[in-house]
Amino acid sequence: MIRVILPPHLRTLARVDGEVELEVKSPVTQRSVLDAVEANHPMLRGTIRDHVTHLRRPMVRFFACGEDLSHESPDTPLPDAITTGSEPFLIIGAIAGG
Amino acid sequence: MSRVRVLVGTRKGAFILSSDGARKRWKVSGPHFAGWEIYHMKGSPLDPDRIYASQTSSWFGQIIQRSDDGGKTWNPPGTKPEDLMTSEGMPKGESNMFVYDASPETGKPLTTHQWYDGTQHPWEFKRVWHLEPSLSDPDHVYAGVEDAALFESTDGGKSWHELAGLRGSDTGPKWQPGAGGMCLHTILLDPNNPKRISIAISAAGTFRTDDGGKTWKPINRGLHSQFLPDPTAEVGHCVHRIALHPSRPNTLFMQKHWDVMRSDDAGDSWQEVSGNLPTDFGFPIDVHAHEPETIYVVPIKSDSEHYPLKGRLRVYRSRTGGNEWEALTKGLPQRNCYVNVLRDAMSVDALEPCGVYFGTTGGQVYASADAGDNWKPIVRDLPAVLSVEVQALP
Repeated sequence: MIRVILPPHLRTLARVDGEVELEVKSPVTQRSVLDAVEANHPMLRGTIRDHVTHLRRPMVRFFACGEDLSHESPDTPLPDAITTGSEPFLIIGAIAGG
Repeated sequence: MSRVRVLVGTRKGAFILSSDGARKRWKVSGPHFAGWEIYHMKGSPLDPDRIYASQTSSWFGQIIQRSDDGGKTWNPPGTKPEDLMTSEGMPKGESNMFVYDASPETGKPLTTHQWYDGTQHPWEFKRVWHLEPSLSDPDHVYAGVEDAALFESTDGGKSWHELAGLRGSDTGPKWQPGAGGMCLHTILLDPNNPKRISIAISAAGTFRTDDGGKTWKPINRGLHSQFLPDPTAEVGHCVHRIALHPSRPNTLFMQKHWDVMRSDDAGDSWQEVSGNLPTDFGFPIDVHAHEPETIYVVPIKSDSEHYPLKGRLRVYRSRTGGNEWEALTKGLPQRNCYVNVLRDAMSVDALEPCGVYFGTTGGQVYASADAGDNWKPIVRDLPAVLSVEVQALP
């Protein structure tokens, strides 16, 4: 089971409390995790990735296992700790403004 | 007795203010969509409990919300809990998908406009500024967006397509952003002619279609903008807001960057009616619900100082369709007031006497239950107010 932590605004939008747990087929990548998030919560489409290009929105970041994976290829396999569910995949709204 | 519902969009959420027809005691509901910018909310004239809302964020983009119960519950169209359990599978989640049309069938609308430095710049969707429900079908709604374009939905907001003839008109490359972005902020539907729509864009001007949105023409003759190399150019004018009274849809009123204007031929020509206003800069303009020649503006000092003259917040009313204006001050702060009133933040109700409402960047929503003679704040410490719409309910 993959664990995903959404930023507060998107938790409100998707009406979820706490973490989202998802079944994701191997290989587990940013793309497959985000596809699963959007399939289970269609109101999140376009809020994390652009609707058309599927590129990460500029002020959204992806963290996992203490690393910033935002600039990794969306098809790079995620760390084993994400795949096994021992660590969550974090979707972050970038700190911006004052 | 009738009721009134005031829909208030702010920088940090939506609020719904409600009262009976006396409009003396108000209940405040909210914040809805806490923390998100709510650019605009508007109810269907056919089904007032059907309300559309534009929810936006610099981080997470555009969301369209819809309520079918007068604002008690909201969902992005197509994602009600029951929608998520249908045999047809999960919805496509396209209620926030605004994609500019570049198809040959619609004439390959131009894909660049003028940027601040004079170069051409690609059209990029940023947000929905204004939602205008149709006069004939609660599922039909128009959206004015930044970068300027007009979209419509005929399925209650589940999906959107562009009326691309507007952007494809040959003036498109000359459109340019104003200080607030290149936004399509006003959509006026003609109650007598469903094929006629007038829209306004900052800083391009006013445009009209007479064929339901296929073709458009600029309607800016008579506007004079000193900041343009050619002050009477066909496009490039920073129109802040236009308004009409439904009984006289050929008469349009305009608050331009500077100048208050009127047209009596559906925008084909304009005349200045600033008259004795102390300053003719401002953002909103609206028309009395029962008197088509009574109009309201909020004069603002200048384009570099966005607050009332001398710190005195005054609505100005003309009962002569412009030129002769009177200051309305009772109940409004007359010293040390340095708020702004944004273009979509004024509205009127259709009760008797007509109610007038406006919201400020300081978070106050002021109401007058007697056509502007007397004012009082309904609520005074909201986040900065972006939009105000009023519904008179049975």
